[in-house]
Amino acid sequence: MARYGIAVDVEKCTGCHSCFLACKDEHAGNDYPPISVAQPDIGHKWLRLREIEQGTGTKIKVDYIPIMCQHCEKPPCMAPGPEGAVYQRDDGIVIIDPQKAKGCKNIVNSCPYGAIFWNQEKELPQKCTLCAQMIDNGEKTTRCVESCPTGALIFGDLDDPKSEIAKLLVAKAEQVEAFKPKFGTKPTVKYIGLPKLFIAGEVLLSDKPKDCIKGAKVTLKADNQDKVMETNTDFFGDFEFKGLDRNIDYTLIAEYEGYYPQEITIRTYASKNVGELVLRAK
Amino acid sequence: MAEQVFTNMTNGGPISVYVKDGKIVRVRPLQVPEKELKPWVIKADGKTYSPPKTFRLAPPGHAERNRFEPHNRILYPLKRVDFDPNGERNIQNRGKSGYERISWDEALDIVSGEIKRLTDAYGGSAITGMTSSHHNWGIVGYKMGPFSRFMNMLNYTPVLDNPDSWEGWHWGATHTYGFQWRLGMPEQFDLLEDALQNTEMIVFWSNDPDTTRGTYSGQESAIWRVWLKEKGIKTVFIDPFFNYTAAAMDGTWLPPRPGSDTALAMAIAYVWVTEGLYDKEYVADKTIGFDEFKDYILGISDNGIAKTPEWAEEKSGIPARKIIALAREWASKRTCLSSGCRGGQGSACRTAFGTEWARMMVLLQAMQGLGKPGVSIWGTTMGAPADSNTWFPGYAEPRGQMGKSGVAKHKLSLQNKTKQRLFRLTLPDAILTGKEDFWGDGFCGQTLDQQFVHNLYPMEGHSTVKMFYRYGGSFMGTMSDTNKWVKMYQSPKLEFVVTQDCWYGSETKFADIILPACTNLERNDLGEWAACGGYTTNAHIGNNYRVIVREQKCVEPLGESKADYEILTLLAERLGLKDLYTEGNTEDDWARLFFESSDITKDISWEEFNEKGYYIVPIPDDYKPTPAMRWYYEGRECDTPDTGNSKRGTEKAKELGTYSGKIEFAAESLRQNMPDDMERPIVPHFIPSWEGYKSEVHKKYPLQIIMPHPRFSFHTHYDTHTPWINDIPLHRVEKDGYYWWPVRINPEDAKARNVVEGNIVELYNDRGSVLCIAQVTERVPVGVIHSYGCSSKYDPLVPGKPGATDKAGCVNLLTSSKLVSKHASGMTPNSCLCELRKWEA
Repeated sequence: MARYGIAVDVEKCTGCHSCFLACKDEHAGNDYPPISVAQPDIGHKWLRLREIEQGTGTKIKVDYIPIMCQHCEKPPCMAPGPEGAVYQRDDGIVIIDPQKAKGCKNIVNSCPYGAIFWNQEKELPQKCTLCAQMIDNGEKTTRCVESCPTGALIFGDLDDPKSEIAKLLVAKAEQVEAFKPKFGTKPTVKYIGLPKLFIAGEVLLSDKPKDCIKGAKVTLKADNQDKVMETNTDFFGDFEFKGLDRNIDYTLIAEYEGYYPQEITIRTYASKNVGELVLRAK
Repeated sequence: MAEQVFTNMTNGGPISVYVKDGKIVRVRPLQVPEKELKPWVIKADGKTYSPPKTFRLAPPGHAERNRFEPHNRILYPLKRVDFDPNGERNIQNRGKSGYERISWDEALDIVSGEIKRLTDAYGGSAITGMTSSHHNWGIVGYKMGPFSRFMNMLNYTPVLDNPDSWEGWHWGATHTYGFQWRLGMPEQFDLLEDALQNTEMIVFWSNDPDTTRGTYSGQESAIWRVWLKEKGIKTVFIDPFFNYTAAAMDGTWLPPRPGSDTALAMAIAYVWVTEGLYDKEYVADKTIGFDEFKDYILGISDNGIAKTPEWAEEKSGIPARKIIALAREWASKRTCLSSGCRGGQGSACRTAFGTEWARMMVLLQAMQGLGKPGVSIWGTTMGAPADSNTWFPGYAEPRGQMGKSGVAKHKLSLQNKTKQRLFRLTLPDAILTGKEDFWGDGFCGQTLDQQFVHNLYPMEGHSTVKMFYRYGGSFMGTMSDTNKWVKMYQSPKLEFVVTQDCWYGSETKFADIILPACTNLERNDLGEWAACGGYTTNAHIGNNYRVIVREQKCVEPLGESKADYEILTLLAERLGLKDLYTEGNTEDDWARLFFESSDITKDISWEEFNEKGYYIVPIPDDYKPTPAMRWYYEGRECDTPDTGNSKRGTEKAKELGTYSGKIEFAAESLRQNMPDDMERPIVPHFIPSWEGYKSEVHKKYPLQIIMPHPRFSFHTHYDTHTPWINDIPLHRVEKDGYYWWPVRINPEDAKARNVVEGNIVELYNDRGSVLCIAQVTERVPVGVIHSYGCSSKYDPLVPGKPGATDKAGCVNLLTSSKLVSKHASGMTPNSCLCELRKWEA
């Protein structure tokens, strides 16, 4: 038996919203008994994109994270409703039964991901079905995945080692994580390259204010870790450290031969543009 | 009834339309079995690159079903309630009064009656008419087919299009390197392979290809930019907005003040000249006028003003050291300049004196050996390998238009006896003042000299225009200083206004009579994906596959809407011109005639094409790439499939389209025709905007607003017509039951005005007032605000009152109608100053 999932390669997502629109096209106005009834035209976001803007000035990053039902192995949405209102298929897809779940508004609030929506007119909690009606019809993809222009969304059988999704998750194993794993629900939707914090800035030399300084050495050390990250400024004199964790105290040192190094400490409440670090000549 | 699947086309790609019980239930990217697709392969650095075996629609293409539905469709013929063609017309109430439903007979009688009355009294020149663009896709039903055939049959006064979106390239870049046959944008053939194999850095300058895409190519090129990013190619983004491509590619961002791009480019040239960092051999052999240019850059001419990085820093706000570093890196690497989604285009060319920026883009790459491997002007949206020898008509070429094509017995679009012309950008002034003059033939795609034609309205022996046949109605959101359009519509000089459209647009409710047209999902047509033809020859190279689609009628027309061809045939009948207009052909007869005129009849029969619904033109096994401009760099004859190139295949085939045949730092075409024009001088100049940073207006209105093309709609199309798209919070934002148009503002500017995210704010200046919803973001620098110039809806607080505050986001109410320069007839939406305050109604 296949076990279906989606991998989200966040670095490839451009925020084009094709997935969001394709989901509407599949579901708005269309019933797929017994899996789902129609999504309302407006307001439901069975798949939504969260925009993450980080940094300040010219050192900013903008990322988009597609978020849908995570089709959890331990779905918290199964608890509040009556028996069978939410069920897990053998292929792993979590389905809200449109008949048995009628009136169960508390199913909406049970999802820590905010992926379940209340259909006021039909008094029904609704969410992504992983296009189960298509899979049952022998299709090889879901509508969101079909619409994605960059391959940021990949659908397939997680248990088939030859499937594209399984191969990708192996190839990028170090970057694979659940979205918000602290919820403890064991999602089958897997994320690759979720945006992390960064520290960026520019190194300048006090006696050469009109030059960009390429090749200055910049190191970053987390105060509670041994690991030291090191980089060199690029031709603009810019540097950045990506993949940082939140609320860590870091020490950043900028060095250039013939100049006094500069050291600053930063606590990563958020991503940070430290601006210009001007090194004085020895 | 079982589900049926039809094929059709949108301006964002080919679709399969699923219909059940006469209703469209789903729309998917055209479903083609994988075995029918033979993807090309590009080899670079030991890797192979191949596109996926699916088609990547533009985002709004996925919402085609929702756009089709009757949310905002015009369903019945309508008459303004206080319009009486035989009595009181109440012209002053256009935009104010409501409408009542009338029969098709009554509507057609009124429209044909007015045509007859005015033609009899004043001749055909008293009638004018014009189209909007991009609402449908097809050959038989699209604007340049039936509408052009009909109006020219009446000997009407055409309104010439402006080259909008690539103004500076059309009026400026053509004088540096020709390509007038592409309206100033460079050829793009095989530049994907060139970039993957040879390019080390890409400078995106005023270009957001992930948003504007290859115009009609959907998101086919998005994967190319993933490859370029994964390859580790350095990217730099010069744009006042941290655009979506910059976000996706994680590039370095340099935000110049709007209107300063030319200065920035000149400072880069200054570094190259003073440090000797340019291709001296290329400049000597393949260009003319460099010394004159050099004198201007170094300040030997121009009163000693050297175009130093410090000089440019003052104009642009970009630190001099960054300019120097960029210039040095650019020259030391094989650098591609991506200055607009088709190589050319970009907001920076849609400004005061935007010609000068576009000219500088060409000249910078000329200094680096334009055409050398890896050194190109490439938008990153076109340039896939493809068979360009198989011809299929596009709507924008004569052979694809029923008024001009050889398939027509009477080429009515070529037989218009009226020589009088109007110009889209100056139309309101022409109507209001009764006279107007403008330069150029609109799209000057035949010769450079067309740009130097001076047109006068009214033309001697012709009538001023008294009737306006408006096809579409998008301009309140897209043209400039659009309160002028309100005034124009209320002018008694326009005795009659009729609008024909599928949807209510921002201008629709200024008409006396409204005629409901149907979409291309409701009638038969045919067309090739993205390949508009004409001045963008072989535009299919923006796609990974060449897809020609039989556009099949999926459902009956909604309400009483009718196909354009049918509406115009019914009018022709009332005018006694039906036989001339139709030549006895139905719409489908025309479709077949166009099919039979194409090259694909050798590969697929009409019957099979009809049945199957598409044909994929395969790429030849022995495909040989011919990268754009490589022939010029290597001194060979043009070998690209740039069929508009008038020198191709002649003894001048090694030349460019300029007077000298070379790249012209000092433009001979300008020297010979307009040597004293100091707004578009022989050598490009930096000329500060009349409404830019530190201009006089800046003291009163300190925010520079830029209004690029939108991301989730296609110009105005798919905007308010498509509720699903309004549900994307980056497109419109719902607040208190209304879908507001966003304006993006820097946190510092917002704070200074006591504005927070989600506030309704008023943007205003002396020309207009518009309400938007504030999105506070670091993506725009201090002093700059950003809002897309493409609202489909005009919703004034006081209907029909020129200058009334608009709720719907028509930010072009704020822009100046001043043209790029005296002789460069383009619009300047990105040279606009305004102020912003919290709206407290």
